[in-house]
Amino acid sequence: MPSAISRTAPPAVAAAPAVLHQPQRRRVANRQALLASLVCAVVLLAIVVVAGRFVLYDVAVATDFSQKNLAPSLQHLFGTDWMGRDMFARTVAGLSLSILVGLLAAAVSSVLALVLASIAALGGRRADAVVTWLVDLFMGIPHIVLLILISYACGKGFWGVTIAVAVTHWPNLTRVLRAEIMQCRESLFVGHARKLGQGSIAIAVRHMLPFVFPQYLVGLILLFPHAIMHEAAITFLGFGLPVDVPAIGVILSESMAYLSAGMWWLAAFPGLALIATVMLFDLAGSSLRKLIDPHSTQE
Amino acid sequence: MVREEQSIHSPVHTGEAVHHGHSHGASSQHAGGHHLLQVEHLSIGFRMYEPDAAFFSAQQRSYQVISDLSISVHAGEIVAVVGASGSGKTLLADSIMGLFEPNAEVTGSIWFDGVEQTPESLASLRGSGISLVPQSVDHLNPLLRVGKQVEGVGRTRGRRAESDVREAASEARSARVQELFERYGLSPEVAKLYPHELSGGMARRVLLCCALMDNPRLIVADEPTPGLDLDLAVRALDDFRAFANEGGGVMLITHDIELALRVADRVAVFKDGTIIEETSVEAFNSPDTLKHPFAKALWHALPEHGFRSGAAC
Amino acid sequence: MASFVVRHIIRLMLLLFAVSIVVFFLVSVSPIDPVQANVGQSAYLNMSEEKRAALAQYWGANTPIWERYINWAHDFIHGDMGTSLRYNAPVSQVIAQRATNTLLLMAVAWVVSGLLGFCLGILAALKRGTWVDKVVKTYCFVLAATPAFWIGLVFLIVFAVWLGWFPIGFSVPIGKAAADVTVFDALHHLALPALTLSVVGVANIAMHTREKAIDVLESDYIRFARARGYSPWQALRTHGLRNLALPAITLQFASISEIFGGSVLVEQVFSYPGLGQAAVTAGLGSDVALLVGIAIFSAALVFAGNLIANILYGVVDPRIRAGVGSYA
Repeated sequence: MPSAISRTAPPAVAAAPAVLHQPQRRRVANRQALLASLVCAVVLLAIVVVAGRFVLYDVAVATDFSQKNLAPSLQHLFGTDWMGRDMFARTVAGLSLSILVGLLAAAVSSVLALVLASIAALGGRRADAVVTWLVDLFMGIPHIVLLILISYACGKGFWGVTIAVAVTHWPNLTRVLRAEIMQCRESLFVGHARKLGQGSIAIAVRHMLPFVFPQYLVGLILLFPHAIMHEAAITFLGFGLPVDVPAIGVILSESMAYLSAGMWWLAAFPGLALIATVMLFDLAGSSLRKLIDPHSTQE
Repeated sequence: MVREEQSIHSPVHTGEAVHHGHSHGASSQHAGGHHLLQVEHLSIGFRMYEPDAAFFSAQQRSYQVISDLSISVHAGEIVAVVGASGSGKTLLADSIMGLFEPNAEVTGSIWFDGVEQTPESLASLRGSGISLVPQSVDHLNPLLRVGKQVEGVGRTRGRRAESDVREAASEARSARVQELFERYGLSPEVAKLYPHELSGGMARRVLLCCALMDNPRLIVADEPTPGLDLDLAVRALDDFRAFANEGGGVMLITHDIELALRVADRVAVFKDGTIIEETSVEAFNSPDTLKHPFAKALWHALPEHGFRSGAAC
Repeated sequence: MASFVVRHIIRLMLLLFAVSIVVFFLVSVSPIDPVQANVGQSAYLNMSEEKRAALAQYWGANTPIWERYINWAHDFIHGDMGTSLRYNAPVSQVIAQRATNTLLLMAVAWVVSGLLGFCLGILAALKRGTWVDKVVKTYCFVLAATPAFWIGLVFLIVFAVWLGWFPIGFSVPIGKAAADVTVFDALHHLALPALTLSVVGVANIAMHTREKAIDVLESDYIRFARARGYSPWQALRTHGLRNLALPAITLQFASISEIFGGSVLVEQVFSYPGLGQAAVTAGLGSDVALLVGIAIFSAALVFAGNLIANILYGVVDPRIRAGVGSYA
């Protein structure tokens, strides 16, 4: 087969080599962009908190019966409700409340998780068994039921819902951190440090903290979205923030009576705004995770 | 030399004849006037951050794991690719199988049996033209019995065959499994075992049977004898020798130069992402017949007694 | 096998015991006065002292908590879960009646979200990096940030108010005698809540399956199967599906807690008379007996889910079955 033979000859002079495979994603997450998105998310959330707390709060509770039941327009971006309150102002005020509850509750919850995880991982077998059992117990009751119970036990209201969210969100993070600390304790570098005669506090601070802290930080930020959503859910059910406060849960719960009258904007926009807020927190968390993940050097 | 002459070989080379940048072993054949496998100018790169730069100012750049690599496999021979562990040899094996990492950039040309291959044609050669023998039993599905796995699926991809045709094909495949098991001394009961129940020797033969199911012409073996000492490893590779003697080609990827010199016909030294020397085993008889300084250094590093000169195999 | 059963029964007992104590404790430390909560502020103020005392006796406000607990536990062991003050019926009867509705709702959502999520996850993994993958990922990402009850509200607006396809609430048409309710009626009222719960549940299982499937596709044995000429789908079908389906089913069983939580919210949105709605009513009305009963029922449900998940792990993997503990 002469033709086959002539085809077999590789080109004597290598021109541009034939491409066998192209990288699937040319655009790769780069660190500056991740940092920028982290900063943007945090700044946006801060703006919402400040605006909702200090600028728009009075507007959010001001009634104007000449302006009631208006569909969204340029004047009232999210429309108005049956008392003529501006839904945009109410939404922003509600978000700022949600974020505050979320921050507070997530912070407390994450500290709880860190403490319990440390006790479990470093406190011996019995302590570990107790913490593990506590985790199982808390995970054994459906989250919402537990939230209802705790919020009810604390007398509902701002503190009720904050405490409820704070004391129900630690089990997952506790599990993660416990495994992390245990792995760290068993690791070779900690073993070597111990053999070199370093004290346990020195080991904890110098070798384990830098290892566990990033995990903790990411866990903390990823707790916010859950905390915010559960605050809204509990308030929606009537166990959270009181009805005279412009909270997202209250807004959505009140909207139900007016949905059949076609006032869809009462539910649609506050909900979308809540989703956007939760996603901003998710974005911040995942950006941070990618930044501190050592595997991200090779994307 | 004129280019046309380069591509047409006499059926058998002598050790001294050099072409395409390599010399030949006694059993190297150019069936049909060309190499069984020829890889030219293969480069594989990944994009990653510069590790030395400051964290946020680090730029992404492309890192070449394999650069401008060329290697050939003739019919009837075992070519050993020798290089340090973790230096990218497995990437070479995957590229020949047409399996590319999603974020890798791969350039170069691969010729099989005289025809330049595209990624699609390489994919269609898998199993039937070129087969891979992996390192260990980890490459089998832990949850499926061995016999089923060796049997695999036929190439009726995309086509809806009639049920009796399919049945016949499936019967033919299980007959082929029995034939291979018999030939490699595996009892029929082995087919009913799960991968974790196989002994080391059984596992190796099972993996070879997988590779031979669809009568390939080239076998790429990626460290097929992990953890075996030299003599055992050499014996374990007898099956590969037999395959080569029947006219197949074997690319044996290993980190063990002594093993390579004992069983291979030719040795390709893999260093810093490319093949720096591709030559016959006989060339390792003396440092003078080796061209590259690293290959010479390798020769000097060999334990004298472990090296049999003129391993004809 | 026998020791396995006994061990888990003991665990369940311990768990339920702990749950009942926790619930009892939480409900009794509440500053909310059950008498006031049930009679109403103005009625309470106008009430005579004797009437208040009698009511407080009726609601059990004067007995110390541990005494109330022991009374309750004693009755519970004898099969009496107490009387729901809100529904004026034995707790067991209220739960039994409403559990049927809730379990039906959860079962539909469980199956639909499981199947849909699994298929989407596999599809996204096979088409990794393409627009299909991006659509699935975006869907899951957005959905994970969306409260279940808001989806319910949106479905209510779109399907019930605008399109008028489904009724706005209740599990059967209002004003129809129970005997006249047809299966169609029941399904018609079940559809929207079930759809809401299913849509919400997809995200979790789809993302989990996608990650696992990508792991499997990159595993040595799939790479080897690919090297033998299998297409990605063939390789995944013969070597991956079993390894993927069981973790997915396991995850579904383990996520019963979340599905129950979702059903509480969804039932509230659609006025669906299930356990969730009863729990909310009990909580708002300080109906301690019913609240404890529902909490224990839900804990038992979650326990059952986790137990099945644990058993499934063992059934699937021949290495665990044979007692080979180590995963290579």
